[in-house]
Order: sequence, then C-alpha cells, then structure tokens
Amino acid sequence: MSFQLICFYAFAAVTVGAALAVISVRSPVHAALCLVLTFFSTACTWLLADAEFLAIALVLVYVGAVMVLFLFVVMMLDLDLDPLREGFVRALPVGLVVAVVMLVEMLGLIGVRTMQLPAPPEPAAAAGMSNTSWLANALFSQFLLPFEVAALILTVAIVAAIPLTLRHRVGVRTQDPGRQVRVKARDRVRIVKMAAEKPAMPADAGETTP
Amino acid sequence: MDSITAAFHWFVSTFPTLSMALGLLLLPLVPLIIGVAMYVWWERKVIGWMHVRMGPNKVGPFGLAQTFADVFKLLLKEVVYPANSNKALFLLAPLWALIPSFAAWAVIPIGPNVAWSNANAGLLFLLAMTSMGVYGIIIAGWASNSRYAMLGAMRSAAQVVSYEIAMGFSLVSVLILAGSLNLSDIVQAQAGGKGLFDWFWLPLLPMFVIYFVSGVAETNRAPFDVAEGESEIVAGFHVEYSGAPFAVFFLTEYANMILVSFLAPILFLGGWLSPFPASWGLLGEPGWWWLCAKAFFFATAYVWFRASFPRYRYDQIMRLGWKVFIPITIVWVFVAGCMKYFGWVTTGA
Repeated sequence: MSFQLICFYAFAAVTVGAALAVISVRSPVHAALCLVLTFFSTACTWLLADAEFLAIALVLVYVGAVMVLFLFVVMMLDLDLDPLREGFVRALPVGLVVAVVMLVEMLGLIGVRTMQLPAPPEPAAAAGMSNTSWLANALFSQFLLPFEVAALILTVAIVAAIPLTLRHRVGVRTQDPGRQVRVKARDRVRIVKMAAEKPAMPADAGETTP
Repeated sequence: MDSITAAFHWFVSTFPTLSMALGLLLLPLVPLIIGVAMYVWWERKVIGWMHVRMGPNKVGPFGLAQTFADVFKLLLKEVVYPANSNKALFLLAPLWALIPSFAAWAVIPIGPNVAWSNANAGLLFLLAMTSMGVYGIIIAGWASNSRYAMLGAMRSAAQVVSYEIAMGFSLVSVLILAGSLNLSDIVQAQAGGKGLFDWFWLPLLPMFVIYFVSGVAETNRAPFDVAEGESEIVAGFHVEYSGAPFAVFFLTEYANMILVSFLAPILFLGGWLSPFPASWGLLGEPGWWWLCAKAFFFATAYVWFRASFPRYRYDQIMRLGWKVFIPITIVWVFVAGCMKYFGWVTTGA
C-alpha cells in the first residue's frame, strides 16, 4: 500500500466522519465547524488527485468565505434545537431515499469511467503544463462563453440579493459620508479675534463657583 | 546533557526521514518565532521613540530580552477558563489561528526557487491560508461566552471577509502581469534592466497601496484594530484569554504581520531583486538580504501607522473597503489586462 493510498484513506475517513458529525452533533456551531472539516478534508483528497487548483479554490471559497459567513449567522441566531430535532424520524425515509439515489448515480458514474479502458490520459499532464494553467487555458479559450455566462448569472444573483434585503426605513438617522467630507472648518468653528482683557474678579474665584 | 545528545543521535539514526522532515519544518519556524520576538521589541522601541519615551531598556542589552521575559511570564501563567465556556473550542481557537499563519510561510520564496514548497498555485495557497485564520478569531469569540469577545469576533469576521475581496483583486492584477501563480515566477517577472522601475509597483501603484492597506486591515492592526477596540470592547475576541493561549494569539498576529510585510515586496517590489542596476557590483546583486530589507521597511510601516493614526470608526472601515477599494481594484484589473495585452509592461529579464 503506497503512502499516497494511506493518505487517501485517512482523508476519506475524516471526510465521512465529519460529514456524519454535521448531521448528528447537537450544537449548530459544532455542526458548522464539522462542515468546515468536511470541506477541508475533501480538498485534501483532491490535492492527492493532482487537482491543486480545485482543491485550493474549495478551501478559499467554501472554507475561507462561505462558511465564515455561515458560522457568523449560526452564532448570531440563538437557535432553539428541540423543534429542529423533532422532525428527524419523520424525515428519515425521505433522506434515505435521496441518499440511495445519489449513491446509485455516483456508482454508475464511477462504473462508466472504469469501463473506458484504457483510461484517457490526464489532459494537463498530456499538455505538459501544471493543472492550474491548463484549467485557465481551457476556461478562457474553449469554454469562454459558458464561463462568462456563469459569471454574469452570479453577478445578477448578487445584485438581486441586495434589493431583496434592502429596506428603506423611515426615521433612521444615518451619516452621509459625502456631506461629512465636504464640511469645512468654518462651518463648525467660529474664530473671533479679540483683545486680551483682564478678568473682572480674581482668577481663583471662578473655580470655586459651581 | 550527554543523555540528551545520545537520545538525539539515536532518534536521528533510527528515523532518518522523519527527523529530516522535522528539521526542515523547524527551519522556517525558529527564525520566524525569533523574528516575532525581535519585531515586538522593535515595535515597542519605535513607538517609544515616537512618544518621546525610551521603550524597553532594562532587560538585556537595549532591552532586547524584554520580549523573551514577557513570553516566559505568559507561558508560566495560569489559564483561566470563563464560566460556561466551551473548553475544547476555547483551546482550539488559538491553534486554529496559528496553524494557517505558519502554513502560509511554506510558499514564501527567499531566493530564486528557494522556498519550502515551490508550489505552482502558491499565491492561491496563500490566499486560502490567510482566509482560514479568521476562524481562530470567530471561534475564540464564540467559545469565550462573553459579549465583548463575541462583538470583537463579529467585527473581525466582517472586516477580514470584506478586505479579502480588495486584496484578492490586487493579487489578480499581479498575476495578470506575471502570468503565473508561482511566487518565484512572479518575482522573476519583475526582473529587468531598469532596476526598481521594472517592478510591479509602478504599473500597479494603486493596487500596491490597496494591497498593503488591506493587509493592515486583514491583520486587524491599527488604524483598523476595531476587533480589539480597547476603548469600546475591552480587548475584543481575546478578552477572556490568559497565559499560553493568549501568547499563541499574540504570536499569530505578529507572524501574520511579518507575512504581509514579506508578501508586499515579493508581489510589488521585486522580492530579492536589487533596486540598483547589475553594473553596481555587490549593490546590484540580487539576494535574500534585499527581501529582508524591504520586509523590514513594511514591518516598520505597520508600527509607524500604529503610532501615527487614530483608530477608524467601524462604518468608515466598511465604507473604505466596499465603496472605495473594491471599485478601484476592479477598474485596475481591467487596466492591468490592457497593459498586458498591448504590451505596455515588459515582464522578465
């Protein structure tokens, strides 16, 4: 058994264990952290398969950004756990059916891949460049239009999400940074030139009066 | 002492591969930790001078041993767990902050192809690692079971995620010009006969500024240190931490600052390349000392900012990140693309 295979089994075991923990641990924060671990160990298995760009992008996007915001929300909400756990037994058959269908589909996919003998050579290695640059070349030449369309759809989704959550509340006092920046000193402070004058009473008398 | 030496020899001879791996792992870490200690001393000295004080000067020559004394004091202190805190996560949080910040050092090159790992996707790896460090802060805030710690963690998470976008775009413009994600290749792409005018800071000047300011914001340092915000939320996410876990957070913060100080020259100021033409003899030679000198400048700039600027208001930080930096970076990515396409910038020697 090669070292790489041992690593694969170790990462795969951690992935499966963490994925199980996501749906079984009590606290939602722990579940979210287990999901982080699932993503990370999945990225490790991808690295073993020489898919370095995909693996690091998974860590960057899902672990570094998506799950941070997810955790953010889960920590802010004080979730009441009991109603969430009530539906577990009722939803179990549906979940099992979905899981079995997904398993069959995945096995079918793996079966189709293994039937293609001999296996096609890895395109990046065949082209003699690193996985990352091969992917970039493919995305920006062969698949430019689908790539741009996907980017456009994502941008529209972002723009759509903002109007959906944007509410104009009346009577809220907010700062207008533009007006703050435009303010000049003479709008706020008046400088008065006057001759020095002697106080009418002794200097320490003013301090004792409240 | 003899028994320790004997045990060491036995270990090295019995597990040659393992001890080599351990030694190679310690190779970048030991200088980093000593560098952090020296940096803390330098920060206290510089801030002292800017305040017209002496700074630490009692422990050791010029007060150099002050940081080590502080570290040993911290390590010997009791670790206090807040009531009803989540103990496992409370202890996991500092480690989760520390490990990515150390792992990021794996791809930093100090010379042509002299790096722990000369990975092809080095820049991407760096981004991934630095974005993972924020978990340590969030988990620390949550596991402390304290309002102040939670507020600090929330501020930090929002700030890091926001500034990561601007930082990511400025890195995109660098990799458009360099045409590679490999950090060694990025430095080599800045080589040329014109010395420092061949480096990327000139065509990418706005990105260079934005990168370093975002780096300051990402490491939660002054003037963007609202995550700590002593005047409002006591000490933010690490208010409940004491002893060794606090020392680990401290180490992480300074290791991250040194990392940003090394990345700024690698990406924009020609890394180990000399600013002078090659005809100047020794001064024109490229070498790791140039990288260290440039990194020292940025590390000092961190301290300089801290002693000079008042803290930003939180909404101003968010406004700067989202409404100023991100639009500028998006435009400049396009400009960098034009520079590359029309050949206005020469890359490589």
